[in-house]
Amino acid sequence: MNLDIAASRREGAAPGKHAAAMKIAVRHLDFFYGNFQALKDINLDVAQRRVTAFIGPSGCGKSTLLRTFNRMYSLYPAQRATGEIVFNGRNVLDSGVDLNLLRARVGMVFQKPTPFPMSIYDNIAFGVRLYEKLSQREMDERVEWALIKAAMWDESKDKLKQSGMALSGGQQQRLCIARAVSVKPEVLLLDEPTSALDPISTAKIEELISELKNDYTIAIVTHNMQQAARVSDYTAYMYLGELIEFGATDEIFLRPNRKETEDYITGRFG
Amino acid sequence: MGSLYSRRVFVNRFNLAMSLLTMAFGLAFLFWILTTLFLAGFHAFSTDLFTQMTPPPGSKGGLLNAIVGSLLMAAAGTLIGTPVGIFAGIYLAEYGSRGWLAPCTRFINDILLSAPSIVIGLFIYEVFVFKVGHFSAWAGSLALALIVIPVVIRTTENMLRLVPDSLREAAVALGTPQWKVIVMVTLRSVRAGIITGVLLAVARISGETAPLLFTALNNQFWSVDLNAPMANLPVVIFQFAMSPYADWQTLAWAGSLLITIAVLALNVIARTLFRQAAPK
Amino acid sequence: MPDPKHSGALLQDVVFRWIARAFAFLVLAILLAIIVSLIYGSLPAMQRFGFGFLVDSEWNPVTEKFGALVPIVGTLVTSTIALVIGVPVSFGIALFLTELSPPWLKRPLGTAIELLAAIPSIIYGMWGLFVLAPLFADHVQPWLIHTIGAAPIIGALFKLPPQGIGVFTAGFVLAIMVIPFIASVVRDVFEVVPPVLKESAYGIGCTTWEVVRNIVLPYTRVGVIGAIMLGLGRALGETMAVTFLIGNAHQLSASILAPGNSIASALANEFTEAVGDVYTSALIQLGLILFVITFVVLALAKLLLLQLAKGEGRRT
Repeated sequence: MNLDIAASRREGAAPGKHAAAMKIAVRHLDFFYGNFQALKDINLDVAQRRVTAFIGPSGCGKSTLLRTFNRMYSLYPAQRATGEIVFNGRNVLDSGVDLNLLRARVGMVFQKPTPFPMSIYDNIAFGVRLYEKLSQREMDERVEWALIKAAMWDESKDKLKQSGMALSGGQQQRLCIARAVSVKPEVLLLDEPTSALDPISTAKIEELISELKNDYTIAIVTHNMQQAARVSDYTAYMYLGELIEFGATDEIFLRPNRKETEDYITGRFG
Repeated sequence: MGSLYSRRVFVNRFNLAMSLLTMAFGLAFLFWILTTLFLAGFHAFSTDLFTQMTPPPGSKGGLLNAIVGSLLMAAAGTLIGTPVGIFAGIYLAEYGSRGWLAPCTRFINDILLSAPSIVIGLFIYEVFVFKVGHFSAWAGSLALALIVIPVVIRTTENMLRLVPDSLREAAVALGTPQWKVIVMVTLRSVRAGIITGVLLAVARISGETAPLLFTALNNQFWSVDLNAPMANLPVVIFQFAMSPYADWQTLAWAGSLLITIAVLALNVIARTLFRQAAPK
Repeated sequence: MPDPKHSGALLQDVVFRWIARAFAFLVLAILLAIIVSLIYGSLPAMQRFGFGFLVDSEWNPVTEKFGALVPIVGTLVTSTIALVIGVPVSFGIALFLTELSPPWLKRPLGTAIELLAAIPSIIYGMWGLFVLAPLFADHVQPWLIHTIGAAPIIGALFKLPPQGIGVFTAGFVLAIMVIPFIASVVRDVFEVVPPVLKESAYGIGCTTWEVVRNIVLPYTRVGVIGAIMLGLGRALGETMAVTFLIGNAHQLSASILAPGNSIASALANEFTEAVGDVYTSALIQLGLILFVITFVVLALAKLLLLQLAKGEGRRT
C-alpha cells in the first residue's frame, strides 16, 4: 500500500500515511434500486481498526454503500448489487454467503435508536444467545462488559430488568451500540448514529467511537462534517452515487484534491 | 350577490344541522337499546341466574349451563382460531412481498371477514356435523374459530405493518435468523395490538348466534362434553325470546344483558389496551 | 464463533416460513371448501328444480316443492330499505365526526358509534321484536299508510293493516345495524383527504358544506361507494335480527309492511327442522345463493377500496 497518495486516492485504496491492514475491499461495486442505479463503480478499502467516514449530501449513496457491507439490502426484493466486496477473503455479494453469519461479524447501529421490546439485559443477551451458549454468570459478565464498552454501565446497572424502550434517546442509542458490540463483531457499521440525538449524547457517542476503534474496524456514515473530521481516520466523499474522493481525513479536510470535495467541505454546496 | 350568499349560508347551516341530527339519531338508538336492556334484564338478575340450569317453561331456573357453554365454546374457538390467524397474518406481513399467495389470501380474508356467519354454520354442518352424525360443541367451536381467523389475520397483519423496518433491520444486523426476528422482536413489539385483535374477535363470537344454530344446537341440561350438543347463551336467548312464555322471555332479557355487558366490556378493554400500548 | 446451533438455524427459517405459508393457504382452502360443500349440498335441489328454483315463489315442505323467489326478494328488499335509511344517516355521522365535532368529542362519539356495531345482532332482534315492532304497529306504520300510502304508485308499498313485524321493520333495524359499519369506513376515507386540499377550498370562501360536497366527496367517491357495498354485504347476510322481525311468511306482497322471509332467516328457522334430502338441499342452495350474492358485493367493495388506496399512492 505504499503507493503515492494521489494515485491511491484515484484507486480508492486507503492511503499509505497511516498505513493499516485493509479489512474490507470494495471493487467495482454497482447498486440498483429497481432500475435506478444508486452506486456507480465504487472502489475503496476500509482499513482495519480505523474509523472510515462516509460523507456527502443526502441521496449520494453513502448509507446505501454501508448497507451493502452486511447485505442489509437483501431484505428487500427490488434491491441488488454487483461487483465485489471482499471481507475475510470472501466476496460477500456471492449468493452462497450465509447472511446471518456475515451479519454476526459485521454489526450495525442505525440512525434512530432501535431497542428491542424487552429488558435492557435481554436486549444485549438476545444477540449473544444466538451464537454462543453461555452460563448465567458468563452472560452476566458479557452484558456488563458490553455495557461498559458502550459507556452505559453506570447508568444502567441498577435497572437491567427495566424495558429498553424506557431509556432516553441517547441511552437507547448507546444500548444499541452495546448490543452490537456484545456479539464481538469484527466490523461496526454506524449509519448516522447521532443524527437523532442531542449534542451531549452526540459527544458521548463520538468519544465512544474513538475508544472502540482500538478493537473494531468502524465505518460511519454522517451528514455532519465536523463529526467526520473529529472521529475518523479516513474520509470518503460521495456524490450522486459516485466516490469523488477518498483519503486520510486530515488530507481530505485540509487539502482536498477535487474541487467538488472542497466546495462541499467549505459549505459552498450541500 | 347578497341573496346568493345568504342562500349558500342557509344551505350550509341546514345541511350541517342535518348532520348533527343524524349523529343524534345514531346515539339515540345506542342509548335506547342499552336502557331497554338494563330495565328489562336487570330485574331478572338473581343468584338463580348463575346457579340454576335453563328451566322448562313455567318453572324457575337460571342460565348456568348456557353461560358455561358459551364460555367453553368461545374459549375453544379462540384457541383454535388465534394461532392460525397469527401465522397467516405473519405470512402476509413478513413474507408477502412477492408471489400470488399473499395478495390472494388478503383479498379472500377481507371477504371472509364480512361473510354471512350463517353460511359458516351451514358449512360446518355439511363437513362436520353431517359426517359425524350429531350436533356437538366441537362443531360450534370450529364455526366460531372460522369467524375468529379473519379478524386475527387482519389485526396481525396491520399491526406487523406498523413495525418500522429499522427494528427488523436492527435484529437482522445481529445475525438473527428471520423466524427469531419475527417471533422475538417484531411480534413482541406489537403484542398489545394483537391481543386487542383477539379480544375483539372474542367479543364478536360471544354474541354470534347464527353459526351455532346448526352446530352446537342447544342443550337443556348441564353438559361440558364437547362431543355433545351444548347450551349457549345466544341460542337460548333466541329460543326463549321467540317463545310465548313470560318467564322464558325474562330469562332471555337477562341473557341479553349479560352478553351485551360482556361484549361491550371486551370492546372497551381492547380499545384502552390498544391506546395505551400502541406501537411507537 | 460459528457454532453447531447455526446449521439448524437455516432449516428453522425454512420450516417457519412454510408453516406461515401453509396457514395463509388454509384461508384459501377454507373459502374453496365452503363453496364446494355448498354446491355439493345443493346438488339434489339443483337437479330437481333447475333454474326454476330462482324464480319460483312456492315453498312447500309438504309437497316438497321449493322455489327461492320469496327469500331472495326478502333479502334484497330488506337490504335496500337498510341502505335507503342507513346511507344518508351514515354520511351525516361521518360528516359530523370529521368536520363538525369539537376535537375532544371526536373520540368518544366515534367509539359510541363503533360500540353500536359491537352489539350482537340477536340483541337488535330482541329489542326490535319487543320494543320497536309494537311502536311501529301503533304509531309509525298507521302514519306511513295515511301519508305515503295514499300517494299514487309508491303508495302500493305502504298498504295493509299495520302489524309491527314485517319486511319494513326488519329493514329499519338492519339500517341501524349497518350505520356504524358504513359511518366508520366513510369517516376513515374522509380523513385521508389532504388538509391542503380542503384549506385551499376554504381559502376561496367555500362553506363547510360546499367543501364537503365539492372537494371531499369527489375525492373519496370510490371509497364511499366501497363503504356502502361493505354495509350492503353486512345487511344481506344478517340473520338473527331479521329472523326476529321479518315475520317468516313465504309469501310475496306488494306492500313492504307485510311479513316476508329472507334467505338467512329461512335457514335459521327451518334448517334444523328440515326433514328429507330435498328440503335440506333446497335450504343449502339458499345458503349458496346468499354466499354468492354477498361474495360478489363484498368483492366489489374490496376492489373499490383498493382502487382508492392505489389512487392515494399515486397522488402523494
